[in-house]
Amino acid sequence: MTKKTFIGLAVLAIALSYTACKPKDASTAVSGDAAVKAYVPPGKYDEFYNFVSGGFSGQMSVYGLPSGRLFRVIPVFSVDPEKGYGYSEESKPMLNTSNGFIPWDDLHHTELSQTNGEIDGRWVFGNANNTPRVARIDLKTFRTAEIIELPNSAGNHSSPFITENTEYVVAGTRFSVPMGDNSDVAIDTYKKNFKGTVSFISVGKAGEMDIAFQLMLPGVNFDLSHAGKGPSHGWFFFSCYNTEQANTLLEVNASQRDKDFIMAVNWKKAEEYLKAGKGVKKQVKYVHNIWDEATHSAKSELRTEVTVLDPAVLKDICYFIPCPKSPHGCDVDPTGEYIVGSGKLAALIPVFSFTKMQKAIADKAFEGDFEGIPVIKYEAALHGEVQKPGLGPLHTEFDGKGNAYTTFFVSSEIVKWNIKDLKVLDRAPTFYSVGHLCIPGGDSKKPSPKYVIAYNKITKDRYLPTGPELAQSAQIYDISGDKMQLILDFPTIGEPHYAQAAPAELISKNSTKIYKIEENKNPFVAKGEKETKVVREGNKIHVYMTSIRSHFSPDNIEGVKLGDEVYFHVTNLEQDWDVPHGFAVKGANNAELLIMPGETQTLKWVPEKVGVYPMYCTDFCSALHQEMQGYIRVSPAGSNVPLTFSLGKLPAPEVAAPPTK
Amino acid sequence: MKKILIITGIAALIFGCGSSDSEKKDASATNEPAAETKAPAADGTTSDVSRGIGKFTKVEVSPTLDVQMADAGQKVFDVKCSACHKLTEEKLVGPGWKGVTTRRAPEWVMNFATNTEEMLAKDPAAQAQLEICLVRMPNQSLTDDDARHVYEFMRKNDGVK
Repeated sequence: MTKKTFIGLAVLAIALSYTACKPKDASTAVSGDAAVKAYVPPGKYDEFYNFVSGGFSGQMSVYGLPSGRLFRVIPVFSVDPEKGYGYSEESKPMLNTSNGFIPWDDLHHTELSQTNGEIDGRWVFGNANNTPRVARIDLKTFRTAEIIELPNSAGNHSSPFITENTEYVVAGTRFSVPMGDNSDVAIDTYKKNFKGTVSFISVGKAGEMDIAFQLMLPGVNFDLSHAGKGPSHGWFFFSCYNTEQANTLLEVNASQRDKDFIMAVNWKKAEEYLKAGKGVKKQVKYVHNIWDEATHSAKSELRTEVTVLDPAVLKDICYFIPCPKSPHGCDVDPTGEYIVGSGKLAALIPVFSFTKMQKAIADKAFEGDFEGIPVIKYEAALHGEVQKPGLGPLHTEFDGKGNAYTTFFVSSEIVKWNIKDLKVLDRAPTFYSVGHLCIPGGDSKKPSPKYVIAYNKITKDRYLPTGPELAQSAQIYDISGDKMQLILDFPTIGEPHYAQAAPAELISKNSTKIYKIEENKNPFVAKGEKETKVVREGNKIHVYMTSIRSHFSPDNIEGVKLGDEVYFHVTNLEQDWDVPHGFAVKGANNAELLIMPGETQTLKWVPEKVGVYPMYCTDFCSALHQEMQGYIRVSPAGSNVPLTFSLGKLPAPEVAAPPTK
Repeated sequence: MKKILIITGIAALIFGCGSSDSEKKDASATNEPAAETKAPAADGTTSDVSRGIGKFTKVEVSPTLDVQMADAGQKVFDVKCSACHKLTEEKLVGPGWKGVTTRRAPEWVMNFATNTEEMLAKDPAAQAQLEICLVRMPNQSLTDDDARHVYEFMRKNDGVK
């Protein structure tokens, strides 16, 4: 009875907090059973994983749905001192680029791998918008497994969208730039010298990424994309804006034309040309970084060649379809027949038909060409327009029941409409200025239409104020009925752009619990305390160290001298789930290590002052965690203190002198 | 009207949570007394030697040492056990291993090594040991064979030839 009362009070508190905090003008937005719908009792699991882009944090966050609970922030393109990512010697190569080590990027979109057009739970991809890259995260470990850089690219935004069997993940240039030998040119020669590219990155059986080919395209801004599926499998669709080819004040100068384009790419055709040797090999520089689960370390490799196809010469690869007002979202419905373009400045939504587009191509129903690429007549490819849906449509996801859900940034709402008859069915306000949205599986052949989540750019008065910088947020709406019902707000990290969600059981069953110590192939592993040692190689000192609840071996080290570089190779000997150990040493100018059971990670430390430095475990591991510590002595350069190490060795007891009279 | 809705919501939730079968089971699991750990012997009487809780109910042990198994057990010991257990009687993090095969049944040792969490939660002997050491023994993910090999190595350590 006490327990029931407690739960009752807790829910009452939640319910009251809704009524207390929400702005008055939104008082009708939340109805009384919202708390129950979003409530996942302590100890119970959520129904879905939600993989949310971290925007300018460079990371990807993992939430539970419908609770909105944050489970993990996966470091992808930015360093993470908490996890040692980008600081440990093993992980540093993951953030290597052709521009050297880069500790930050801007991750905009997440895309879960698919088989037969359905989410398969193997990997989730993320894009780096600033220094163009694509990352693959392994969903067994929730760690970044691979990062590939894109040459001939700038502002990789229309990425990392995939084909229905994850044959390819794509990347594109949001910013067209001059390329190759012709790169030092006046900025106002954009029309003449700037080019765009779209890259098709093949994904192997084990997930390994390789740039299969690039399409050299007119200089415009490629924005978003989605693959065809079912009947349109073999095609990819990209939105593009700035067909004005402006190089300054794009806000005005790229908004001149009534219509920009959706670009349709026949990638099967491109494959044929590639096979026929029609590609041109270009000398470029980009890196490919891969994490090895056996050695617990990353390797970075420089690559120097990419194959480029020119669709202006090689016909039937690319077509432009006019799309009103600077299109942003480019979304394909679960049947693969309808392509929804969303003009940021439009007050309608055009829906294109794949069948009609194919007929238009066959009939050559073109209105002309744009830099050698045919432009299909708008009406010839158009299924129809959703009239007066709202202002500023951005992105669309699908429920698999014939309906589409589109976000409207300017009018701050989600609108549900029917794809066939283009009628608006429902609208729900968002708080505020929604960008992307997500229905679990909402860009696949088989959505799980239980919730739609809005990812908002502005929260203003939604939460307690925290100074000038406020939380960005997500909002969950129950869509199991005819009408959308807001059930929960939750703050997010960074700026959430696109997100995807998948049924929990697809992923949770494969989750890695430990790394088997027997399979650890890190060259500096110590498999048991017997193998721990300290070795000097010139001015490099390698400490082969182990950690287990609750001591390090060795924990007393002497004979380090100023000018030495010390490498702590720490192996966590634990073989039990959820028992990481941390490692930190005073004065280290990088970060801690966080070492998973069975793993070896390395911290480089260059002491700058003579003294005795403590080191300790940073992750509370047992009742004697506070005892998990050690010392390392640093002597002056040229000192003759011998290199020694020990564990559990106490000084010999002092013999008491006999009393004298 | 809104209040009524909220109260209805709470009522539904209380009912939903309070009547959950799995929760009842969880609650009873934590409250129930430690499971009977005295395993019945082959003749139906109760043995005085505890076999612990786990999959090992009857382990055949030869009077002489299986050298191969003991060697394999030592390898496991070096990687997964030696950080906390000495081969003497001296306690390090956990108790020293000298004499363990005369104090514990092979089944108890192997169950503790492979079913650590449940043993620490329910087995009186394991709990008594935890009160002395105050560090919960980690589950080191030993396979069934690993556990048997380690037990054979313990026998070797106790002088079995």
